[in-house]
Amino acid sequence: MVALNQLVVVCLAYVAILFAVAFVAERAALRGRGGWLLRSPLIYTLSLSIYCTAWTFYGAVGYAARSGLEYLTIYLGPSLVMIGWWWILRRLVRIGRRQRVTSIADLISSRYGKSNALAIAVTLMAVIGVTPYIALQLQSVVLSLSIFAAPDVAQADETVEAFNPVQAAFWVALGLGLFTVLFGTRNLNVNERHHGVVIAVAVEAVVKLIALIAVGIFVVWGLAGGLNETFARIDSSTIGTWEVQGSRWATLTLLSAAAFLCLPRMFQVMVVENDDEKYLQIASWAFPLYLMLMSLFVVPIAVVGLDLMPAGSNPDLFVLSLPLSQGQNGLAMLSFLGGFSSATSMVIVATLALSTMVSNHIVMPFWLRFRRSGATQSGDVRNVVILARRLSILLIISLGFFYYRLSGGSSALAAIGTISFGGVAQFLPALLGGLFWRGATRTGALVGLGVGFAIWVFTMLLPSFGVDAALSRATFEEGLLGLGMLRPQALFGIEGLDPTVHAVVWSLALNTVGFFIASVFGFPDPIERLQGAQFVKVMDHAGPTRSWTASVAGSEDLMIMAQRILGAREAQDFFRRAARSQGLPGGLPEPTPTFVEALERELSASVGAATAHAMVGQIVGGTSVSVQDLLAVADESAQMLEYSNQLEIKSRELSETAAQLRAANEKLTQLSVQKDNFLSQISHELRTPMTSIRSFSEILRDAESLKDADKTRYATIIHSETLRLTRLLDDLIDLSVLENGQVTLHMGDSSLGDILDRAVTTSLTGLERPIAVTAPEEAGSIYLRTDLDRLVQVFINLITNAQKYCRADEPALTIRLDQTATALHVDFIDNGAGIAPDAQAVIFEKFARIAGEEGEGAGLGLAICQEIMLRLGGSISYLSRENGTGFRVALPTSVIVERADPARVSVAS
Amino acid sequence: MARLPLFLERRGYRMRRLMDVVRVLPFIGLGFWLIPLMWPQTPDPAEGVATSDTLRYIFGIWLVLIIVTFLLWRRTKDFADRDLPPDEASEEA
Repeated sequence: MVALNQLVVVCLAYVAILFAVAFVAERAALRGRGGWLLRSPLIYTLSLSIYCTAWTFYGAVGYAARSGLEYLTIYLGPSLVMIGWWWILRRLVRIGRRQRVTSIADLISSRYGKSNALAIAVTLMAVIGVTPYIALQLQSVVLSLSIFAAPDVAQADETVEAFNPVQAAFWVALGLGLFTVLFGTRNLNVNERHHGVVIAVAVEAVVKLIALIAVGIFVVWGLAGGLNETFARIDSSTIGTWEVQGSRWATLTLLSAAAFLCLPRMFQVMVVENDDEKYLQIASWAFPLYLMLMSLFVVPIAVVGLDLMPAGSNPDLFVLSLPLSQGQNGLAMLSFLGGFSSATSMVIVATLALSTMVSNHIVMPFWLRFRRSGATQSGDVRNVVILARRLSILLIISLGFFYYRLSGGSSALAAIGTISFGGVAQFLPALLGGLFWRGATRTGALVGLGVGFAIWVFTMLLPSFGVDAALSRATFEEGLLGLGMLRPQALFGIEGLDPTVHAVVWSLALNTVGFFIASVFGFPDPIERLQGAQFVKVMDHAGPTRSWTASVAGSEDLMIMAQRILGAREAQDFFRRAARSQGLPGGLPEPTPTFVEALERELSASVGAATAHAMVGQIVGGTSVSVQDLLAVADESAQMLEYSNQLEIKSRELSETAAQLRAANEKLTQLSVQKDNFLSQISHELRTPMTSIRSFSEILRDAESLKDADKTRYATIIHSETLRLTRLLDDLIDLSVLENGQVTLHMGDSSLGDILDRAVTTSLTGLERPIAVTAPEEAGSIYLRTDLDRLVQVFINLITNAQKYCRADEPALTIRLDQTATALHVDFIDNGAGIAPDAQAVIFEKFARIAGEEGEGAGLGLAICQEIMLRLGGSISYLSRENGTGFRVALPTSVIVERADPARVSVAS
Repeated sequence: MARLPLFLERRGYRMRRLMDVVRVLPFIGLGFWLIPLMWPQTPDPAEGVATSDTLRYIFGIWLVLIIVTFLLWRRTKDFADRDLPPDEASEEA
């Protein structure tokens, strides 16, 4: 019989060897040696074997003894997943390596837009789901120890009395915690891999396989007497025929496959610790082989155990108690070490994986939030992360320990394992949806996880504590809150299902439905969509995740932060390499988007995607794709649009002004030409009368004899020519006076009719063919107070012009009145040909004479009219839209006076 | 962009078909492992299927799957990590 002391010594020695192996591996990895072994597919495959925990080592035999071949489902599912590596694992590993994912929580959070909420949810669920499993390992170690202790009770050994399961569990937990802290948190960057841990796990994988096979061989050939005898024994046992519930068989296969993908510790060794994607295909046959060998001797051991062991002994411990009962102490010792290995390797890796999740997704975000100063301030983030991780390891192990204490370690191993599987399997829809479906959203993932997890807690976890423990009997029989629909083992009134099948089917189905519906009706934010595309298209060599607007990021700040997380040397190396690749021989690299992205990935390997994102975000100041940024960009472009509109308006104004200037210039040129014309004309006009005056006055002076009649005639000619000259000079003086504003207005009252009469009379009296004038009748009732003589002068000018220039056969002039709110219009329209449009612009200018028109005027009439009207407060303009030549004289309404009394009217007239 | 040839040479064709086997294999395995569900279930050894037979069947399938996967790995290991999405790349078939 092996004494407990002896066992403890062997156990400690074994642990010491593991420590040594891990230590050597770690040193070798640091020096870059031993890569052929440390990074080999063999180690990778063996490290996957942490799937086989104490639940396999001890529990499988117990499971087989209780339920026959059903235990196989737990190994068939993962075998299928491995054989189908091409479908899911290939993607998973590729994404894990490309996005530098640190855990399953990190993967899910990363996929759904680096959501911290999701990461926290997954982390909490994983901790809740895995804690019973850790407790299970502690329990199995303690149980196996107690087996060695039990036979000694009779001998009243002192050691036996000292054996206290809880105490033993405590020491085991403490030892495992220390091991994990020592080798699991040595280097911060998870992607640098825990070579020490992995190699230790691999060694333990070999030990447990050898142990189980050794026991199997002993049982088959030592106890049963050969293969055929064993088969005969199997067929005659209580599990001798094929009796498996179909629904359980299928469900458990599915469940184990799902758990294989979702268990944090499996994710750790399969994805995070993966060195080369090629190893996956090697593991695709090697790992099923390992599983097959592990489950090969389970049934024989169970059957022989049932035969040989006394009724009532715990079938979970047949692996240990069978050789022990046969006096095979060495084999029993090996078997114990096998079980111990299974338990410890699982606890170490599971704790490592969970602590990474807890520290990255719960501790670090809160630490960052409460330290408002941010990642660049003093304080070594690296130390904080490592400390957080170490504390998380101890916390998780102690959670497992307390669960073990509370549950009392009574339940069968298989049950706890299935419950734990059911919990982590809830990640499956979000995980697979994230890998294959771009439409999967964060809301969908949260809803799915929430629903699935709630159903799992209600239908699987709480009922597992037994009736009247966590849930009352009433709840079991009548449903939650008395609702028959909500019975934990018959949801929605569907009874008769196996509780496990019931729980797994309902939780996964509603999880998937919730995930799908919430995803379909939600709308993902930009980062989520980018990440979704990245993940789904990971096999198509997708581009970078997203770009930082890195122009504002100081390389120095990034450097300081990176040093705190990666460590000074690593960070400096990283920055130097980046600078060199950017072609900068010394100093810091430019914070290009590519560089910042690479840095973020590097950091995320240490602290998780969401935290790294937040830290870089603190320095860089937001991603380029946040909605705010998009809005800002939209604002900017709107501003630019407006600016360009303004420019357009300005340029239009400028071109209008230029056109006006051009027109003015044209006018000026025209005027200059006109002035030249006028000067030549006025010289001519002045010279013509001067010539006559000179000639005739010479005749009068020199002629000896002249008739009186001739004298008179010559004198008359001289006189009329002088008058013509005077008139011309008068006009010029008049215009000059008006223009200089020296004119004095002589105000008087009169009716418009009288004024028009005067003008018509003055203009047309004594002409041979006077133009026919039509004056408006209502003119007589409008009384004006203005300079009447000047107004008459204007009217005379207009009428005279019409008389002179109207070339119609029956010349006619129509005078029209049009009174508006602001002005009184007097229009003079004849039936002539009108004035050509290009001439209209200059008719009011001085010296303007319409080309081709004959007449004796010097072209000053209309200019004088315009000046007069300006003095009277009105205006004169050409009516271009009339058929003939039309002028409009506009008088301000202020000149209109109320009709005076009849007496004055009569006086005035 | 150079167009891929419409027909692959013989080796490429064979590789693609082998990758097809890699993809289909887990479903074949699942199918075979679900077959025992159709067997009669009874505690009576005379009518039921003996556990030893079932064990031989399940482990036999297991072994065959492992061997096929192993052989597939030997043949396709250099091809599989070239990441050609065989169903999307232009091919005959």
